[in-house]
Amino acid sequence: MQTHKAKRVEIIIESMMERRLTEALRKADVTGYTILPVKGGSGRSGEWSRAGQVSRAGGMLAVVCIIKPDRLDALLEAAFAVVERHIGVVSVTDCEVLRAERF
Amino acid sequence: MDQILSLAAENLLSPIILFFVLGFAAAYAKSDLTVPEAVAKAMSLYLLFAIGFKGGASVASHGVDTALILSLVAGVVLSFVLPLVAFALLRVMSGLDVTNAAAVAAHYGSISIVTFVAGTSVLDSAGLAGEGFMVAVAAAMEAPAILAALWLIARYGDKSNSEEMDGELLREILLNGSIVLLIGSFLIGAITGADGLARIESFIVAPFQGVLCLFLLDMGLVAGRGLRSAAGVLRPGLLAFGIVMPLVGSLFGLAAGMLIGLSAGGVALFMVLSASASYIAVPAAMRVALPEANPSIYLTLSLGVTFPFNLTLGIPIYLAIARTVTGG
Repeated sequence: MQTHKAKRVEIIIESMMERRLTEALRKADVTGYTILPVKGGSGRSGEWSRAGQVSRAGGMLAVVCIIKPDRLDALLEAAFAVVERHIGVVSVTDCEVLRAERF
Repeated sequence: MDQILSLAAENLLSPIILFFVLGFAAAYAKSDLTVPEAVAKAMSLYLLFAIGFKGGASVASHGVDTALILSLVAGVVLSFVLPLVAFALLRVMSGLDVTNAAAVAAHYGSISIVTFVAGTSVLDSAGLAGEGFMVAVAAAMEAPAILAALWLIARYGDKSNSEEMDGELLREILLNGSIVLLIGSFLIGAITGADGLARIESFIVAPFQGVLCLFLLDMGLVAGRGLRSAAGVLRPGLLAFGIVMPLVGSLFGLAAGMLIGLSAGGVALFMVLSASASYIAVPAAMRVALPEANPSIYLTLSLGVTFPFNLTLGIPIYLAIARTVTGG
């Protein structure tokens, strides 16, 4: 089956920043993304867990975007402006998609 | 003193405190006991709805007077002033840097609605009731402390460590879900009055204590786990601040309540509000406004130290002082 090269960008970010990040993505014409709940983890800022949070302040979530390689820089610039000073991880991996016209 | 000890002993053996202690102990013992996130959220909505509605219905019965307006104004002023006091204390007691001190200070100017709910429950047990509008005062005290923290950063700190107070952040603070439900229920209670309360009394009065017990079990789990995982960040000076600041704050509440001429219950609730520290609205705002501040410090301090202190010893102390001073 024919597949097409694409980039998968995964942004783990504080829940409080969700709306700001998705707004920035939309402004950068990245209209396709998926928001996933994440259970817990550990990093430079210590351990965190989705269970037992009394507010969104301590929670994290994952925003996943799959885009054409030529649009990667615009997405990363938009995302970086939001996540730069906050707890989180931004990673980019190569992937392949079936329907290129959708990305 | 006897009164304080007697109230403290009575409070410590009440179901709500014992359930909190159970949660705290279970978390410390690394038990896998958890309250599902959605259940905890639902209980939090129920408590806000019930306390807001009952407060509104009480205002409908007693009418609006100058004490309500003065209490609201005093609440807003205290919420702005207490962070300045907390900031000065923190700098002296703990040597915390400006950014973290401002973030912690914001928590101590704002309020903990669960502490307030527990306070009203203790008042009920003691046969006292505060003015119904204290619920509205609680809501009014949520946000000004955040502005005070941003002012502290602008005045004493590195402005690059804080975000501008944009419309989005202001909207998130003022339209925080807890505030919307609390004020909304309060207004509905005030509009529908005693008739409205009679219609839903079986839902918001009788089950209230049971739901509060279960909610405090969850709070105990959260506080215990938070304290266990972040105990290393709390130096002795910070720990002492977590106990001293609520006592200092309560004195400001005492002064405000006395000046306005509130009842013994109202003064006690003003003391509880001024002594409590936020762990819901302010941490969320601080993550956006002061991302450089360490959440382990302010969350552990407000939820792991000040909240248990207020719940177990603080509230009986404030109640005893309010009764002694007002003669109520």
